[in-house]
This record gives sequence, structure tokens and C-alpha cells, in this order.
Amino acid sequence: MQKSLSYLSSAIGRKQLMAITGLVWSGFVLTHMAANLLIPFSAELYNKYSHALITNPAIYLAEGLLVLTLLVHIANGVKLTLENRGARPQKYAMGTNGSKAPRFQSTWMIFHGSLLAVFLIWHLLTFKFGTDYQIVYDGVQMRDLHRLVIEIFAQPAYVIGYALCMVGVGLHLSHGFYSSFATLGFYHPRYSPMIQGLGYLYSFVVAAGFIIPPLYVLMTKAN
Amino acid sequence: MASANSKKINLKLKVWRQKTREDAGRFEEISAQEIPVDASFLEMMDIVNNRLIKEGRDPIAFDHDCREGICGSCSMVINGNPHGPERGTATCQLHMRKFHDAQEIVVEPFRATAFPVIKDLSVDRTAFDRIIAAGGYVSVNTGNAPDANALPVPKEKADDAFNSATCIGCGACVAACANSSAMLFVSAKVNHLAVLPQGEPERERRVLRMMQTMEDSGFGNCSNTGACSLACPKEISFENIARMNAEYMKASIKRRD
Ligand code: HEM
Ligand code: FES
Repeated sequence: MQKSLSYLSSAIGRKQLMAITGLVWSGFVLTHMAANLLIPFSAELYNKYSHALITNPAIYLAEGLLVLTLLVHIANGVKLTLENRGARPQKYAMGTNGSKAPRFQSTWMIFHGSLLAVFLIWHLLTFKFGTDYQIVYDGVQMRDLHRLVIEIFAQPAYVIGYALCMVGVGLHLSHGFYSSFATLGFYHPRYSPMIQGLGYLYSFVVAAGFIIPPLYVLMTKAN
Repeated sequence: MASANSKKINLKLKVWRQKTREDAGRFEEISAQEIPVDASFLEMMDIVNNRLIKEGRDPIAFDHDCREGICGSCSMVINGNPHGPERGTATCQLHMRKFHDAQEIVVEPFRATAFPVIKDLSVDRTAFDRIIAAGGYVSVNTGNAPDANALPVPKEKADDAFNSATCIGCGACVAACANSSAMLFVSAKVNHLAVLPQGEPERERRVLRMMQTMEDSGFGNCSNTGACSLACPKEISFENIARMNAEYMKASIKRRD
């Protein structure tokens, strides 16, 4: 039994858990970003979409999965990073540079990762647990999330803070997406450069897609 | 060795000096005078050491052996990069013409918990030997030499195995990695044997045991930064790491104990 569990505590096993949990979240943020793009178009569509989402019983399963995978991701990420720091107690006077330097975002995963954790708490407090406005469409009462979104993003400080966090998301994913494939054992000289390119595209689209609605709100609704 | 009439430069070295494993260590500024640009980095160190010895000072300890880029003894981090600024080049094959007159060069040992400093620039890399001893071999019955063609190996597989086998075990991958991980080294050794029929019988236990030994030796985990391949004097591909990840997963699933 102990031997069977040893995979989950091994260096590679734990990295593979990071990769799987990271990919689950990568999928989630993509759908979340896409849904947010409804904000500039129609308050009604946006509210109806979120109402449909939270009244579907499967939401508990999805939320449970997200919380679980995030906790595994964070706990593993922190533990791995502490071990990695311990593997070099004495720092170099000079780091790798020039043609031997890796892409910077790959060595900063714990920093933008931690930023994401802080952002997530802030984000949930602002929206999920924010003011519960109500509205009625076609006789159905539901939460007017759109109103809260407009109210929040009419404040420039909010939009700036939010945009900075989304840059963090983009950086985290620009390494994370490609890295997960390598961690899960997939590498091919022809396809891996494409995966890396796709990772950059994906992370740019996610970050930019998240920033567009708040910017739109700020520019059109601020008074 | 450099010819007598080659151009000469002067350099300011900032070298890590550490008397013993326990000593805290510090940087010492040492000038390197009249260095022929055709000299290798190690020959430059020899010239400096000759002078230090003549002056009755302690010469700088560093590892070297073949001086032709095949043994993996030479180490050193030169201005932040293991084996210096040139890709695909070991310290012994790095030439002083890559530096300019009056340049300051910071020379440090490979730094990792798993590679404790013995003295100055010389570090203890026996952790690599332990990893090899844990599975980086094929067990064979001694007896008559087998017929050369009895075990056919396709050309692509042979090339693949050979590319991984060019790893000289110098440890630059560990030195360059932000996490001091030995994944490139271990994966090169694992894949070298995993693609060959000779390595097949011990395939699963090899990767499990070698990885276990890597973890027990105090190396860090892989973040897929790719710094290892960039620093590698033999340019061992990062692909090895991804393939070993798959190899490890398969072996973990298949193990029966
Ligand atoms: C929206 C949330 C997040 C997503 C989509 C995400 C995604 C990813 C992905 C795909 C990876 C790559 C896994 C691999 O290298 O195989 C990764 C790695 C990592 N993540 Fe996250 N992550 C998120 C949040 C966080 C948070 C909150 C932390 C916080 C502490 C964090 C810390 C890390 C670290 C340290 C790594 C690198 C692990 C390593 O390479 O050793 N991530 N993340
Ligand atoms: S001394 Fe042998 S590889 Fe440099």
C-alpha cells in the first residue's frame, strides 16, 4: 500500500499532479473568460447565463472539483518550491544569462502563482460574496450580477488592480500550459514547439479576454 | 597550448575561495596577467595558479582531467553560466578569445546541496555516481562476447540512444537549474538504455530506483525551465526529461510491489 502511494509523493508524481490540476484550472479560466465577454454585449444574456450556471445542480460537483484541484495545486506548488529552494542554500553571485538564460516566467511560477491565490480571494469576495442585487426577467427572479460588475469596474483603481493580476495569469499560463505537457510526458520535436506557441496564444487570449470587459465598463460607464 | 606570439589580455578574476567543506567561503580578487587569447579557460587558471604558487599563496582548486570535453570533470560557473557563455562548450574547451582585455570574470563553484564544495571551485559530485549505481547500467552474464548482429537495433534508435549517451555527467544541468534538479542527467541515462533492447529487462526498476536516489540526494524538482539543456556542454535535449516523465508514470503504474 505504501509503495502504491509512493508515486503520489514522488518528485515526478507530484509534478504530474501540478500539471493535471493546472490544466483543469486552465480549462476553467478559458470558459470563465469567454462568459465574461458577454458583459459588454447584454446584461440580460450575462445574468441569464450565470443564473443557469448556479442553478444547475452539477455546479456543486464543479465547484468541489475546482476547490479540490486548487488546494492540491497550491499545496504542491508551495512544497515543491520550498524543496527547490532548499536544494541550493547558497545563492550564486551571478545568475545564468545570455544564450544560457531560461525564459524568466518559468522560474517565477511561485510569484505569479501566489499573486493568483491572493487575487482569487479578493475576486470571490468582490463578486461571489458581493452585493446581491436582484432582477426579474420573464417572471424569473435572479441575481443581477451585471449591475455589480458595472458598479465595481466603474472604479479605475479596481480595473488597474484587476488588469495587473491578469498579467500574472498570463505569465503563469504562458509557462504552465507548455510545461504541463512536458510534465505529463509528452514531447515531440515537431509538435512541442507548436504546443509552446499555442500556450503563448492561449495565455494571451485568456489575459486579454479578461481585461477587455472591465476596460469597456470603465470607458463607457464611469462618471 | 598557446603559441608564444599570440595576443595577450589582462583580466580581473573574482574567484570563490573556500578552504574546507565547512568554511563559509568568500570571493577573492585575483588578477590574471598576460593571458594568451589562445589559451583555454583552464590554461588561464594554470597560469594564475603558477603565479600564486611562486608567490607562496594557495593555488585555486578546480577539477579537470581530459581537457578535451569528454570526461565531465571541469566545472565552474563563469560569469553566471556553468562552463561559461558559449553553448555546447565545456570549460576546458572555452577559449580566452571569448573574453576581452580588462574584463572582470566571476568564477564560482557549481552550487547545490547535493554538490557540496570540497575546496574553492571543486565540488563533490558523488551523488551522480550513486544515481548511476542505482540503475544506470545493464546486468549482463559474463561469458563469450555476443555476436555483433545478434541483437538488431534500428538506426534511429541507435542514434537516439547515442544522443542521450553523450552526457558526460559534469553536472552543469544541476548548476544551471534554478531548482538544482538533476532531471536532465537522470533522464539522459534512463533514456539511453530505455530505447535499446539491452536495457529493456531492467527498464522499470531502473527509472524508479534512479529517481528515488536523485530525490534522496537532495536535488530539487523539475520546473521545465530548460536551463539545463542550454547549459549542457553536450546539448542534451530537454526532450529526455519529458520522456522520462512518461517512463516514470508507466513504471509506477506497472510495478507489482
Ligand atoms: C488560476 C489558477 C491557476 C492555474 C490555471 C494554474 C496553472 C498552472 C499550470 C498549468 C502549471 C504547470 C504545471 C507543470 O509545470 O507541469 C502550474 C505550475 C505552477 N503553479 Fe499554478 N496555476 C494556478 C494557480 C496557482 C496558484 C494559486 C499557485 C500558488 C501558490 C500556483 C503555483 C504554481 C507553481 C509554484 C507552479 C510550478 C511548479 C513547478 O514547476 O515546480 N499556481 N500552474
Ligand atoms: S576536463 Fe574533461 S570535459 Fe573538461
